[in-house]
Amino acid sequence: MLDIKNLHVKLEEEDKRILKGVDLHVDAGKVHAIMGPNGSGKSTLAYVLSGRDGYEITEGAVALDGEDVLDMEPEERAAAGLFLAFQYPIEIPGVGNMTFLRTALNAQRKARGEAEVSAGEFLKLIREKAKTLQIDPEMLKRPVNVGFSGGEKKRNEILQMAVLEPRMCVLDETDSGLDVDAMKLVADGVNALRDAGRSFLVITHYQRLLNHIQPDVVHIMADGRIVKTGGPELALEVENNGYADILAEVA
Amino acid sequence: MALRKIDHEAVEARLSALDLPQGPSWAAAARRDALERVRAGGLPQRRDEYWRFTRPDSLIQPEPTPAQVLREEGSEIFSGIDRLRIVFRDGVFDPEASDDLAAEGVAIERVAQSGDIHWARDLYGKLEVRGQEPVSRPLAALNTAFATDGLLIRATGKVRRPVALVYLHEQEQSDAILHHVVKVEEGAELTLLETGPAAARFNTVTEVEVADRATFHHVRAQGRDHERRAVTHVFARLGGECVFKCFTLTANGMMTRNEAVIELAGDDAVAHVAGAAVGDGDFHHDDTVFVTHEGRNCESRQVFKKVLRNGATGVFQGKILVRQSAQKTDGYQISQSLLLDGDSQFLAKPELEIYADDVQCSHGSTSGAIDEDAMFYLRSRGVEQSDAQDLLTLAFLAEAIDEIDDRMIAEDLVTQLERWLSRRRR
Repeated sequence: MLDIKNLHVKLEEEDKRILKGVDLHVDAGKVHAIMGPNGSGKSTLAYVLSGRDGYEITEGAVALDGEDVLDMEPEERAAAGLFLAFQYPIEIPGVGNMTFLRTALNAQRKARGEAEVSAGEFLKLIREKAKTLQIDPEMLKRPVNVGFSGGEKKRNEILQMAVLEPRMCVLDETDSGLDVDAMKLVADGVNALRDAGRSFLVITHYQRLLNHIQPDVVHIMADGRIVKTGGPELALEVENNGYADILAEVA
Repeated sequence: MALRKIDHEAVEARLSALDLPQGPSWAAAARRDALERVRAGGLPQRRDEYWRFTRPDSLIQPEPTPAQVLREEGSEIFSGIDRLRIVFRDGVFDPEASDDLAAEGVAIERVAQSGDIHWARDLYGKLEVRGQEPVSRPLAALNTAFATDGLLIRATGKVRRPVALVYLHEQEQSDAILHHVVKVEEGAELTLLETGPAAARFNTVTEVEVADRATFHHVRAQGRDHERRAVTHVFARLGGECVFKCFTLTANGMMTRNEAVIELAGDDAVAHVAGAAVGDGDFHHDDTVFVTHEGRNCESRQVFKKVLRNGATGVFQGKILVRQSAQKTDGYQISQSLLLDGDSQFLAKPELEIYADDVQCSHGSTSGAIDEDAMFYLRSRGVEQSDAQDLLTLAFLAEAIDEIDDRMIAEDLVTQLERWLSRRRR
């Protein structure tokens, strides 16, 4: 599914190297978690995958099912099936949530040469998905993320994922700012989307989220590299002992 | 004060290209008075306080600069709304294309064909004169003198169908001058719609008297012909407990000057003036608004938004004058521009002048670029860059469009705007 090879990234505006050779391979249907201390480059990796400006790729490659991702515009990546659930979802005053989602869905379908979804079909689809995520229909009418609580914003990200049905989902600290109940709701939403043809890259600080979203593989990232890879037990080790031990071990 | 020679010559040159209309007889005095005022006061000059940001040249030169006629595809704006449609081609009334002017609750006549004794005598040129103080508006006086036609609309009840004026532009060098008078009687309700580019050069004055407890909605869509030029004036006098709302959508046009002069004479009245403009390249759009509060406990709102690109210029000059009698005034004014590139500019001059001590007045003006985070967010969900820009443009204009009460009319304008935006890209 996703192949990241020796990825080196620096900030465009200053001479600061952030990713220093990331190698990562995610198979179809698998859930990978990336954990790591603050400043290790986790969010940068998520942004670079989604095509955000401000980063310069100095070396390496990223492929989605063999297709070069780094050459694509953000909207092309989305149409190819890549999705980033933002750590801080953006507020867009004046654009209704429904309009936003329908525009996005139809833009992706158009880019893939598929027929657009009619207003009626879309309404049905969105109501059904919103219900499972316990999203109030009122929230769908409001402008994108404006006045949403932290939990609502994150649920809205998962709703978008459920509607757009990407094959490679990157979740950037989706658990941050969530209480236990909200986290469970978000995790249930993610689990409902788990499928043999869909992969997840779950970026998180804490093991907590991984109790709800069981990963197949756990990576530890530090100083711009993946320094250790293991099974779910690796997350527990972080929870119990912190990052210091692991970092000392690989140093 | 006598005019300088050069200004005198400019006035005479402009007047020589015009014929003073013969009728109607009831308007003759107002026309003569207006002509005298133009002769004495001259035409707008760049040095005039309210013409510093907008060059009046193309609006005052004797002959209009030719403007290419744009053939609009698709349906006419407001075609989905049950309306009484009245058509002017380059400023000339077209009876064939227009609906029957007879309608329930409203009397509509043409200026050029009205009877000898007429109610409009008390309004024609009268509100315009009142609006000349403290800021002179010579192009409105010129209009009063030389308007070839226009409508006299008197609403006596709740008028169900909006009266829709459709201004078609078909000749490249047309110079149209129309003068409308609207009287909304006590407790009556009227919606006036105006659409279309009208002419190569269009000068229109609309005088509106809104009586006590009456409601007047005015929605305009100034068409897209790129080379057209227009100067419009709305003069309104409001009675007590009445509602006046005016909204204008402008797309393209090399020169548009929209002036609104609103006088809140009665108590507890509401006046909203709003505008949304989208301009590209040689686009110059100027909203000049003057709201005077006389009555107590009135509310006024000015909401203006402009999206500018490729060197387009937007101007906003908005004033709220609160006289000593106007206690408990609630005045609000906002003007904002979205600059899609570094070449475009927005010039704003908000003014408050307050003589009453128990009032609430606020104003704000901003200029900004498109929100890059929002842009990326949309693109990351698959929306193409140009579509994302349109979506954010519409979102920016939404606050002004929201000033329109009628949802059907507002949605029609948004649909039109979407079409205009997507066509611009092709």
